[in-house]
Amino acid sequence: MRTLNGHGLHDNASAFGVILKILLFVSGLVSGSVLMAAQSEEDFSTQLNRLLEFDFDVKAQAINRLAKIEDERIDKVFRTLLNGDLYYRKNDKTIVYVKKTDDGYALTSVLGNESLGVVSKRKIKKITVNNKLRRLLSGLIAERGMGHRDPAVRLASVKEMIGQVSQSDRDKLQRLLAKEKDEDVSTALNVALAMIDITSVDKQKQLAAVKALGDSDYPASRNRLKDVLDQAIAAGDTAVIKQARSSLQQIQTRAERYQTIETIFFGISLGSVLLLAAIGLAITFGVMGVINMAHGELMMIGAYTTYVVQLLMPNYIEWSLLVAIPAAFVVAGLFGVAIERGVIRFLYGRPLETLLATFGISLVLQQLVRSIFSPLNRSVETPAWMSGSWEINALLSLTYNRLYIIVFSLLVFAALLMILKKTPLGLHVRAVSQNRTMAKAMGIRTEWVDAMTFGLGSGIAGVAGVALSQLTNVGPNLGQSYIIDSFMVVVFGGVGNLWGTLVGAMSLGVANKFMEPWVGAVLAKIFILVFIILFIQKRPRGLFPQKGRAAEH
Amino acid sequence: MSTTRVLIQLIQDDRVGKLLLTSLLVVAILIPVLNLLVPETSPYHISTYVVTLLGKYLCYALLAIALDLVWGYGGILSLGHGVFFALGGYAMGMYLMRQIGDRGVYGNPELPDFMVFLNWQELPWYWFGFDQFWFAVLMIVLVPGLLAFVFGWLAFRSRVTGVYLSIITQALTFAFMLAFFRNEMGFGGNNGLTDFKDILGFELQHGGTRNALFAISALALALGYVVSRYIVNSKFGRVVVAIRDAEDRTRFIGYKVESYKLWLFVVSAVMAGIAGALYVPQVGIINPGEFSPLNSIELVVWVAVGGRGTLYGAIIGALLVNYAKTFFTGAIPEVWLFALGGLFIVVTLFLPKGLVGLYQQLREKYLASRTA
Repeated sequence: MRTLNGHGLHDNASAFGVILKILLFVSGLVSGSVLMAAQSEEDFSTQLNRLLEFDFDVKAQAINRLAKIEDERIDKVFRTLLNGDLYYRKNDKTIVYVKKTDDGYALTSVLGNESLGVVSKRKIKKITVNNKLRRLLSGLIAERGMGHRDPAVRLASVKEMIGQVSQSDRDKLQRLLAKEKDEDVSTALNVALAMIDITSVDKQKQLAAVKALGDSDYPASRNRLKDVLDQAIAAGDTAVIKQARSSLQQIQTRAERYQTIETIFFGISLGSVLLLAAIGLAITFGVMGVINMAHGELMMIGAYTTYVVQLLMPNYIEWSLLVAIPAAFVVAGLFGVAIERGVIRFLYGRPLETLLATFGISLVLQQLVRSIFSPLNRSVETPAWMSGSWEINALLSLTYNRLYIIVFSLLVFAALLMILKKTPLGLHVRAVSQNRTMAKAMGIRTEWVDAMTFGLGSGIAGVAGVALSQLTNVGPNLGQSYIIDSFMVVVFGGVGNLWGTLVGAMSLGVANKFMEPWVGAVLAKIFILVFIILFIQKRPRGLFPQKGRAAEH
Repeated sequence: MSTTRVLIQLIQDDRVGKLLLTSLLVVAILIPVLNLLVPETSPYHISTYVVTLLGKYLCYALLAIALDLVWGYGGILSLGHGVFFALGGYAMGMYLMRQIGDRGVYGNPELPDFMVFLNWQELPWYWFGFDQFWFAVLMIVLVPGLLAFVFGWLAFRSRVTGVYLSIITQALTFAFMLAFFRNEMGFGGNNGLTDFKDILGFELQHGGTRNALFAISALALALGYVVSRYIVNSKFGRVVVAIRDAEDRTRFIGYKVESYKLWLFVVSAVMAGIAGALYVPQVGIINPGEFSPLNSIELVVWVAVGGRGTLYGAIIGALLVNYAKTFFTGAIPEVWLFALGGLFIVVTLFLPKGLVGLYQQLREKYLASRTA
């Protein structure tokens, strides 16, 4: 919408216009174009004031005159008027936009775009419209939109029109099509024309239109095709029936394909969440062999860190995530190091005890945030750049937050892989995990490496928490809901193998989303769990088991 | 050899066991007496609420013994033993549900209230037979036993051990929890089964019934203890311990490790199921929350606190931790999770053998100092 009515543009333009006028006045150079601008400005205000007349015909005239003026303000006036939201002030008949506030109604003048303060409901009156005017307005809005210089605005206007075109629009559309250079807009215009031609008496034309609509993804064209098919069946028109059926089939096939793409996308985005949740676990469980049941709570800490960061910088929500990511890494990492130094290091080689102790830690951490932040869920804001969606066509759109999460999880994965493969720390981690005693003999400070590895895994859990805060509620139980899933991913992919974790997360995510339409979300999850339980029987070491010496213990 | 002689022989060397069985017997008689015969004004009177609470603890203790069998002796850490407990509970709950008959809110003689509410026309097939007590008892034993058999057969045969087994048992109970939360399953969904009226014709709210249930729980616990003691003292039990300590060696000697583990697991599951079945009429409700992984893990802590591999340690742990839970959640609820979490950490770090181990350690020290 923001690009549609172009507020920002218009503000600057009018301010600039005022300065320009003063300059020109001073220098005494009055050019023709400025004259015209001044003239149209004058016209604007006169015609606008004619809207106050009681006679609807006068209003219609005024609207038609206004429609000829090249001014972006007109679009807003038209839209507001169409919605019945245009008012005037009773005492001086100034036409105003109205915004309801707690104290009353905030007024903004239409002409000067200046704030006129807050008044009570009694001081203003609505400018009335009737159905005839509404029709006129919506036609004019569409027409103005289609003549707009921004292709995006033109496309939006054509799309809006597609459902309601009639024979009378045909010539206009054809003219527009001849002038149109933008490919997307041309396509949309062609669809609109086909929507008209499909009811044509000329059989040739009708058949061509039916065929053309087969390539269109708009819901309206599908409905129109269905109507035409019904009429043709009633009339016994075999050629049209055949063509309409094949066109509908075409649309159906495409819709199914988009559906599949969308499901895969949802699956991958769920997989990315699983990947983010499991990847830290893949380090602590896979590389160190430590069962960290508090892993979910470390994610929770990451999510709460995001919440605190947003509290600290309420005016910079757009940037808050960029701050929250390193902050969550550090906070959760420090918690991780503390857990490792305080508890886990006494329990190496006793996996069941580690499991119990870390479970105890998870309970303590849960209660800790409950005591600090209250047991209620906290809301973390989503920056504007993460909301909205990427509309590929009328049937397929992908939401930005999911897209970002996919990219983000892959980045985290790549970074982790780099750390393990290319840095001295990674070398030490791998050495210690393969043969602790030998690594120690070579002079590696194994205890320090343990602490750092655990800190790294925990830090990544924290980063995952930042991502989760954008998807779900941030509350004390955030971690619990992911811990079983993440263990499943690690076990499924194969312990000690990061690539296995990636493949495991993605395949579980996609499988889950493909099952959901068939059996529902809960049963899909149950089936996945049962599948993994059975899978472990067949391959107790996961999809990609470790080979060689490391596999022995 | 008659059973009594086996029993006597069994208990003879088990000093703590003797003490335990005696006190269970005393409690099973004394508490109903204090509740029913002593007037309410007397300071020795025990309220029905306390009787029910103690009965609940005894069920937990039976569940703890069941876990101690597999974990303490078999070395199989099940993080999903709650699933057997809850299944036993549901089987009992279904019987109690059918006993309500037409006294429900909707007055339907066939269908439980929640089914009427969901517009179901007839009883699902798996509810058939639950109006008979003997059938319910059979299911209480069979359902958990069968699940344990299938699960264990799959898991032990493919040699899933250690933490892998722990995690998939957790997944198992989690899957059951999700499933039972669904209304379509026909087990009351979110709300579970509740509003029970009577059992075998006795009114559940009646004090006498409550005391009887308490006494039966105490006897069941005693019986569970004796059976477990018998198992662990038998040749079977010795092989199980051998498996715990060195699985591969035991296998190489020629024992069928999988079968031993499997039967131990099944027996333990049946015991857990019975504990659940006794638990439900006393608390008056069973819902999917009983399947939650947290419950199963809490159960592990009872055994760890008491001291695993001793049987009586599990009972002590279950009673103490649950008493602490009742106390904390009543008096200072916000501290309970801190306390429970702290307990996990402290016990694993400092008391690997639990309170029983601590006691033995202190005693040995004391004896050593006396002789020195």
